[in-house]
Amino acid sequence: MPRRTALRLPALLLAAPALGRAQGQARLLVVGGGFGGASAARFARTLAPEVAVTLVEPQPRFITCPYGNLVLGGLREMPAITHGYEGLVARGVRVVQDRAVGIDPVARRVRLGGGETLAYDRMILSPGIALRWNAIEGYDEAAAAAMPHAWIAGDGAQLRLLRRQLQAMPDGGVVALAIPPNPYRCPPGPYERISMIAHYLKRHKPRAKILALDAKERFSKQPLFQDAWRALYGAMVEWVPANVDGRVMRVEPRAGVLETELGTRHRADVANVIPPQSAAAIAIEAGLADATGWVPVDYRSFEAKAAPGIHVIGDANQAGAMPKSGFLANSTAKQAVASAVAALRGAPPPEPVYFNTCYSHAGEGYGISVVNIFRPNADGSAVAEVPASGGTSPRGDLPEQRRLEALYADGWYESITADMFS
Amino acid sequence: MQRHLSRTILLLLLAPPPAALAAGTAAPPVAQACLGCHGPAGGGAGAVPAIAGRDAGELRALLHAFRSGERPATIMDRIMRGYDEAELGIMAEHFAGAR
Ligand SMILES: Cc1cc2nc3c(=O)[nH]c(=O)nc-3n(C[C@H](O)[C@H](O)[C@H](O)COP(=O)(O)OP(=O)(O)OC[C@H]3O[C@@H](n4cnc5c(N)ncnc54)[C@H](O)[C@@H]3O)c2cc1C
Ligand code: HEC
Repeated sequence: MPRRTALRLPALLLAAPALGRAQGQARLLVVGGGFGGASAARFARTLAPEVAVTLVEPQPRFITCPYGNLVLGGLREMPAITHGYEGLVARGVRVVQDRAVGIDPVARRVRLGGGETLAYDRMILSPGIALRWNAIEGYDEAAAAAMPHAWIAGDGAQLRLLRRQLQAMPDGGVVALAIPPNPYRCPPGPYERISMIAHYLKRHKPRAKILALDAKERFSKQPLFQDAWRALYGAMVEWVPANVDGRVMRVEPRAGVLETELGTRHRADVANVIPPQSAAAIAIEAGLADATGWVPVDYRSFEAKAAPGIHVIGDANQAGAMPKSGFLANSTAKQAVASAVAALRGAPPPEPVYFNTCYSHAGEGYGISVVNIFRPNADGSAVAEVPASGGTSPRGDLPEQRRLEALYADGWYESITADMFS
Repeated sequence: MQRHLSRTILLLLLAPPPAALAAGTAAPPVAQACLGCHGPAGGGAGAVPAIAGRDAGELRALLHAFRSGERPATIMDRIMRGYDEAELGIMAEHFAGAR
């Protein structure tokens, strides 16, 4: 390590003049106030009080996707997953309720929907995802009013709609889900959703069925989820992988029909369509994404390959081996901010290590988890899991492990949202 | 530790006027992950135990016992296998000093 520091010394000395930034305070602009953005704004205030932090977010309050499935299951209400920005304001963050509509990476300026233009020295961009309308034929924005996705929280309308539909459907009815191919937001999310819908149905419509139509052949924490489904919900859940015609190609929203690859037409009383995704519109319009629809970044600093000075974190980036999760958005936000601050100070960035845990509720008081620890390679071109680390909860009949993990998941939710908003 | 110290010294040598570079209060990078479950200052969250303000030696022994599998755990065993010896030391020192 000392050797490494010594090697960096000349670069440090060269960069030193940047420390004395001539005109006023250095400006960090955070676009998007969700898992990545709120974490970044709060962390920046604790790491570098000398930097002015502005956060741009169109929603007055943030509704988390995590724990949204528990609202469907009847285990939480909406206020429990809704968070305000007062804590960040109290920490000295300027919170602007508006939408970024244009980024000029050369002039380092962002135009807002309301007309204001904000100049920055470094930007953290964490706008989340966009849904690829019509990637499933017939599934556009209008269709989402009949077949909700509930995969972007926004003002919460999608989640409320899906919950209302579940409450209104008859006992003995069918709930169908369309589940996308990789990569997408929250790999275990659809399967936690299946679990929580099953929890609700078991109590209120025990003769109902869940038909999960999947564009994949395997999924995150699969053995653990399937063990839980068998134990808790019997034959209620039917999961149909791609190789047995699970991939949904077309929908007819008014008729409630989902059509799969081989032309099979499934009629559902409630259809939850989780479509294929890309980085949010602002990242694509700014020219930061490549043909995949996601933003290539340097895995040490999260600077966009197409625009140094803009650190793209959260679901919008091309994450390589890393899943698109809230915990990773939080973890990588801190490295991005530390790198941005280091650049502003003319200091070397910290050694990167990224952390993920995704807890899922497979039932009430039944939690399972996966842990991943990642480190990038020396030139930041790839990121890999630390060998022999992390992994999923053990399999088997382990009621105490499941009970405790559900409790600890609640602790995680409380803790991570405090690390974003308090 | 050594790595941190030498960096601190370099930063001090190159330090700009104090107003431009106030010291932050952020936990070291490797300890940031812990804040996602143990509370933003390590004070615990719900059923997840508090780890701030405890003896550094005791904390280090706990972290080791998780990593070796000696101490039963639902998740800390899987977490600790992602970090090296020096990092365990940084975590223990940090949380011992955190309030
Ligand atoms: C059902 C479900 C369950 C999940 N459960 C978990 C879980 O248990 N654990 C976990 O770690 N992860 C979970 N996730 C994943 C997690 O929600 C995402 O990975 C996380 O939200 C990504 O953070 P982000 O900052 O990229 O995006 P977001 O958190 O979505 O934040 C993006 C923000 O940017 C704003 N924005 C968008 N465009 C603009 C613009 N042009 N200008 C300004 N602001 C803009 C949006 O309004 C939004 O507030 C779950 C996801 C789902 C769908
Ligand atoms: C995903 C949530 C999570 C994260 C992240 C996490 N912990 Fe834990 N920690 C727990 C849980 C849960 C326990 C209880 C033991 C168990 O079941 O694994 C625990 C227990 C501990 C204990 C023992 C406390 C006692 O009194 O027995 C220590 C020490 C500890 N963690 C330190 C850390 C450190 C340091 C980090 C940062 C690398 C960390 N933890 C990250 C969830 C977490």
